[in-house]
Amino acid sequence: MRIYALAVYLFLYIPIGIIALFSFNAGRHASQFQGFSTQWYGKALSNPFVMDAFQTSLSVALASAVLATLFGTMAALALQSVSGRLRLAFDALIYIAVMVPGIVIGIATLIALVTLFGWLNPILVAIWPFAAKAPQLSLGYGSLIAAHGLFAMALVIIIVRARMAGMDRSLIEASADLGATPWGTFRQVTLPQIFPGILAGFLLAFTFSFDDFIIAFFVAGSQTTLPVYVFSSIRRGVTPEINAIGTMVLAVSLMMLIAAQAILQRGHKAA
Amino acid sequence: MQRQDLRTWLFLAPAGAWFLCMLVLPLIVVFVFSFGERGPAGGYVPAFTFDNFLNLGARWAAFKNTLILAPIGTLICLLVAYPLAYFLALRSSPRWRTLLLILVIVPFWTSILIRSYAWIYLLGGQGIPSLLNALGLGNPRLINTPFAVLVGIVYGYLPLMVFPIYVALERLDKRLLEASSDLGSPPWRSFLQVTLPLSMPGVATGCMLVFILLMGEFLIPAMLGGGKVFFIGNALVDLFLQSRNWAYGSAVAVALVLVMLVTVAAYLRLTRRWAGGRDDVSLM
Repeated sequence: MRIYALAVYLFLYIPIGIIALFSFNAGRHASQFQGFSTQWYGKALSNPFVMDAFQTSLSVALASAVLATLFGTMAALALQSVSGRLRLAFDALIYIAVMVPGIVIGIATLIALVTLFGWLNPILVAIWPFAAKAPQLSLGYGSLIAAHGLFAMALVIIIVRARMAGMDRSLIEASADLGATPWGTFRQVTLPQIFPGILAGFLLAFTFSFDDFIIAFFVAGSQTTLPVYVFSSIRRGVTPEINAIGTMVLAVSLMMLIAAQAILQRGHKAA
Repeated sequence: MQRQDLRTWLFLAPAGAWFLCMLVLPLIVVFVFSFGERGPAGGYVPAFTFDNFLNLGARWAAFKNTLILAPIGTLICLLVAYPLAYFLALRSSPRWRTLLLILVIVPFWTSILIRSYAWIYLLGGQGIPSLLNALGLGNPRLINTPFAVLVGIVYGYLPLMVFPIYVALERLDKRLLEASSDLGSPPWRSFLQVTLPLSMPGVATGCMLVFILLMGEFLIPAMLGGGKVFFIGNALVDLFLQSRNWAYGSAVAVALVLVMLVTVAAYLRLTRRWAGGRDDVSLM
């Protein structure tokens, strides 16, 4: 039994380990390790396309995670005091957002936005009052943030609600009985209790957006995110540089996950 | 009370608007477009026709591959995951359990792109095949085969299968197992008559999650199948980004969602039949 478990763990981690190992390979060859070197990291970090894609991924992940955490937490709080049809509708929307495959979300967003922009852009040209050319709507940062944020927001709502379900209600009543204002109760009782959930939600939202390939593939427009860049360079051939980029991408999500897990665990103990 | 209502609405408004604009409307657009026609230069022209649905057979290969490989992949995931979940829930020491569980879930939250890339590396000509060759075991072609796609699937979705089964086994009342053994049943019989039936809700949840995610998979067949093993997801990418046939592509997407809905409905019926089988599983 133990040996079996060990084998499965090896299966899960050896491929990742090999990528990380060969990212430090001095040679070009995929099969032999020819000595330790960080040259591929240097090469990746001085490649303007990589840095550009990295910067896009980072800004999109930050923006969508911040917006998703803000609006998701607000919705989770409000849903506590909502019942009936509105509640059912929100539950359904959250599940649809999580369950519909990314590829369908991607194409749906693509054709909806392109069609919408097709209607709006001529109107913009017609009503633009200045001599300079009218701005044209197109896919890019905005559509990436909106599409990533949608899934991330559903994720945040689920995590924050799970956190609230484990919360001690009597504390809120006690606070109100002792004469605290609703805002005071929220700030001093509710918020500290659900904060680990909010923070973990933010980190997972960031990780999702940073790692997502399939939605970005459809809605990135002229922008390139890091996963989209990696995908197209793999198509051109496997190079040690991709190992270095891949290792860095894995490292970023690992750090986020460890942080999220630590926060949730500590929250459990404190509560 | 009025103020309370107003605040609730204000708090729900941004999330509601976001769901409406980026989820509900785009899905309606796909549904509407699936009855339309392809424009002369690609894209979409309004129409009302069922031709797209009647023509779904043109992409039968993609549907067939998906409907064969997704269940096989789900089954292999289940067979690999069950013993591990069993070990974690019933045989591992409580001190290490949380850590071991986290180690299973972590890969699921890291980039599936990079993890599939790792298998290109391993299964490619200079990886495992050259190793086998050096051992005198021939030089089999591994990459760009259904086998490679299945390896990628198991690698990618194993955590999603382990977790619900673990939760079901962990909640199982251990006294039932003691009772069974006190009454003289050998361990294998206790397993077949007590443990296995009680873990079925977790098995069903895991299978459903893996299966519906596999139905929409694009990346693993694209990277490890090398264009030879074609899923519905690959057909969709082709239809929307290469041939730009939005109307037909929308019909394929609607068909995909319908197949998924049927799966979820079957799952709900199945779990409702198991008494006490209601099982909320979160992935974190």
